[in-house]
Amino acid sequence: MILVFADRSDDELYAQALAFARTLGDDLNAVGVDDPAGYSPDGWATALAQVTRERAPTVVVGPGTDRGNEVLAHVAAMLDLPMAANCVQAAAGDPLTLTRVRWGGSLLEEARLHGTPALLTVAPHAVAADVAADTEIELVTAPTTASARLSGHTATVTAGVSLADADVVVSGGRGVGSAEGFAVIEELAALLGAAVGCSRAVTSAGWRPHSDQVGQTGTKISPSLYIACGISGATQHMAGCKGAKKLMAINPDNEASIFASADYAVFGDLHEVVPAISAEIRKARGG
Amino acid sequence: MNVLVCVKRVPLTGGKIVLTDDERAISTRHLGFTVSPHEECGVEEAVRMIEQHGGSSAVLTLGPPEAEEQLRDMMALGIDRAVHLVTDGEEWDPQATAQAIVDAIRSEPEPPDLILFGNESADAGNYQVAIRVAHKLGLPTVTGVKGIEIQGDGQLRLEQEVAGGRDVYVVPTPAVVTVKEGLNLPRYPSVPGRLRAKRKPLEASTPERPQPKLEMVKLTLPPGSGKQAQVLGKGADAAPAVVTVLDELGLL
Repeated sequence: MILVFADRSDDELYAQALAFARTLGDDLNAVGVDDPAGYSPDGWATALAQVTRERAPTVVVGPGTDRGNEVLAHVAAMLDLPMAANCVQAAAGDPLTLTRVRWGGSLLEEARLHGTPALLTVAPHAVAADVAADTEIELVTAPTTASARLSGHTATVTAGVSLADADVVVSGGRGVGSAEGFAVIEELAALLGAAVGCSRAVTSAGWRPHSDQVGQTGTKISPSLYIACGISGATQHMAGCKGAKKLMAINPDNEASIFASADYAVFGDLHEVVPAISAEIRKARGG
Repeated sequence: MNVLVCVKRVPLTGGKIVLTDDERAISTRHLGFTVSPHEECGVEEAVRMIEQHGGSSAVLTLGPPEAEEQLRDMMALGIDRAVHLVTDGEEWDPQATAQAIVDAIRSEPEPPDLILFGNESADAGNYQVAIRVAHKLGLPTVTGVKGIEIQGDGQLRLEQEVAGGRDVYVVPTPAVVTVKEGLNLPRYPSVPGRLRAKRKPLEASTPERPQPKLEMVKLTLPPGSGKQAQVLGKGADAAPAVVTVLDELGLL
């Protein structure tokens, strides 16, 4: 039997976890946690660990959400079992063999996991979601005591388009040169109704807030079009923008690694190219 | 307040990853090293806390002899002392890593009030060492934190960034907290800081590596994008071709 942790914080990633679990066996138990007091990582894990002890599944699968990784790690700690996070595939056996992502997806690791049940979380978008996700979710109750519990929420009001949800993102990298240099990026973004992004070099230099950062340790984006200006294409950055459907790169260095992932290439200094694009858009719109 | 920050030495990968011949590591012949980005923020937060509230800070790593470079780097930023669990360069799995860290914390003269980790390491990204350490020490833990405040009652108010806002947790100390980049803007080391770091205390020990239960077999590079970029031109002259593409994509 395969136990699936039904964390519904992201329905798409939960449906992907179900699809992944089906590659390991047909007998699935989808178990969610009912907790009137809200969310508690160790409280939820206590409930899930209890079900795991009682039913002795061969594998426990969690979705690749923050909570999926967090709760399964607590279960792993409670049961002193190995856990592999962000798997893209697995094959049952003793030991279980699996492939998981490293470096935010820039590298894959083939590994063996020695321990039963095997605890796995599923890397986001590694498998297509289970469209017939009609597996009934059974709810178990979390204990009332927990060592850490979600106790409040403050809403953030964001002006304009949010980076994570934007259909078009225009980003600047080290090549922008300064905080003021982002004026040309902002102008183009405004014309396209796009969100402004940046690389880690930019936030480390203090030119833009971290909330603008696209990358492995920033925001992961999936726009229809990503325009990367003066960005070399370090693995840290590509891990955040590989979900973009189309990538346009503007860079003076023809050898920049970002061009290997680009659909459209413009060779040149963004401070010449980007204002020219903005002017051309205005011209095309007759303005 | 005593704060301990756990860090991991990782290569600065740049644009293209090349593997070693045995396919068990990244070839680092031409690469520099750093600590994981989230951990840089953990170190900065520890330094700020001690500056503000007094106490002492320590940095701990499990890694090869060369990881002393990262420990000195962190001390150059203001951390007071370092603990180095020296390995032979072989990778330790998360369970073994957590146990070695727990053993080291238990032998600390003064137990830390706050143990900081990065939310996940930049390389392996196992998302679990800190949680395992918390369980073994019987401490509360909160992950993915982007805001830490010490309340008047001595408890920690911790904020996580979630869709649409921030989630709040309040836990007593001692506690284990994993942080994410964006918690603060880390400082750069100063020259005096670098000089002071050379003389700061560093304790080294050599724990024994148990058989891994999550056993890496080999690393592989994901298939390339296979894309051949359509070149739209050079410099400002490319603008009309760019706008044609934007039009084709329905963005005008």
